[in-house]
Amino acid sequence: MPLFDQLYNFAHWLTRNREEAEDLVQETYAKALKGFPSFQLGTNFRAWMYRILRNTFLTSRTGLRVTMTVPLDTEDDGPELAVESDTPETILVERSNRELLQKAIDELPVYFREILLLCEVEEMSYQEIAETLSIPMGTVMSRLSRARRTLRDSLRPQLQEGSATAAITKGTNRAL
Amino acid sequence: MPCESWKVKLDTYLDGELPSEEMRAFDTHVHSCSSCAADALARVQLKRGVQAAGKRFAPTSEFRRRVQGKIAKEPRRSFRLTWMFAAALSMLAVASLLTAYVGVQRSHREQAYGEIADLHVAALASSSRVDVVSTDRHTVKPWFQGKIPFAFDLPEVQNSEFTLLGGRMTYAGQSPGAHLIYTVRKHEISVFVFQEGAFRGRWDSSSATKELSFNIATWSQGGLRYFVIGDASTADINNLAKLFKTTHS
Repeated sequence: MPLFDQLYNFAHWLTRNREEAEDLVQETYAKALKGFPSFQLGTNFRAWMYRILRNTFLTSRTGLRVTMTVPLDTEDDGPELAVESDTPETILVERSNRELLQKAIDELPVYFREILLLCEVEEMSYQEIAETLSIPMGTVMSRLSRARRTLRDSLRPQLQEGSATAAITKGTNRAL
Repeated sequence: MPCESWKVKLDTYLDGELPSEEMRAFDTHVHSCSSCAADALARVQLKRGVQAAGKRFAPTSEFRRRVQGKIAKEPRRSFRLTWMFAAALSMLAVASLLTAYVGVQRSHREQAYGEIADLHVAALASSSRVDVVSTDRHTVKPWFQGKIPFAFDLPEVQNSEFTLLGGRMTYAGQSPGAHLIYTVRKHEISVFVFQEGAFRGRWDSSSATKELSFNIATWSQGGLRYFVIGDASTADINNLAKLFKTTHS
């Protein structure tokens, strides 16, 4: 079943729970099958499937609980100009700290988490994301930008803390 | 355009979502601006990190069987719909495979073009561009004997607008190859010859294409892969390529 693994991964990220993710995927396939006549041939099937999954999630108990806060999407987020020598990205790559990144993604609000995953993991185009989330392209761009910035901001203190610990350990080892 | 204006669009550029003209302009800018290049690199690293970290959860085989069974058990009246749904999923799988295949081929090709462009620029930047200095092909060709595991012919350029400067050995994809440098007016053009297979990827064009602001022509002949690259015009690149092709045949 194509899309099955991807849909499950996305569902698990949204629900943060295996049972709920399974229910969500199962319901998505059931709804897709039932509602297939409403699918317009020639349009994006993948975006259609993700839209069903997301809408099903939004109306679930967990979905309603986590999406009570609606993000304020602005078109103009202002430029990010500072380039630091030790950015969260470079430190992250150096340490290959996947768990740290997973934790940071998990802690993002659901509206940032979903757009980031659709763009980076599912490699959807802005157009596909707009179709999946039923939002305008401009909102896709600004929300994505804010999601990335929030992720970077949340990584920065953790990484600095980690760097300090690593430096202390390094120093101690040298002293020994 | 000042750097600040580029940086605002950096994410959109890295997502490949800028209009093609702007993408090209951005490519040029990133190649000449170390600040934007560093910022782009950092963001690409984060993108890759999120991509890897995001592929975290996998369904159990038991759950997969359960859903497959549920779809198969749909009532008979919806047989046609089920079939169409399955067909849509299959088409998506084929499309994904095709996209992945094309993407991989394109990535190999772009990587090879990048490597060739690097070799060309590195040689031109070097104080000793060629190891065998001669405008005579009968001096340059024998110089490669015993240095590379293949032989190739050099065209006679005496009566053309091209001048042979000489040659040097080079390596790409861990394979040895020949690097020849020609001039046409004030432009310097590199010709690389490698054994076919040194580079992966499909090469669908034998006429010059624009890559990284250079014009490149590539073709395969007699089990060898040729690249002609330079900042000279497309016509010049194609003419030199043509001379090589005719010499061989």
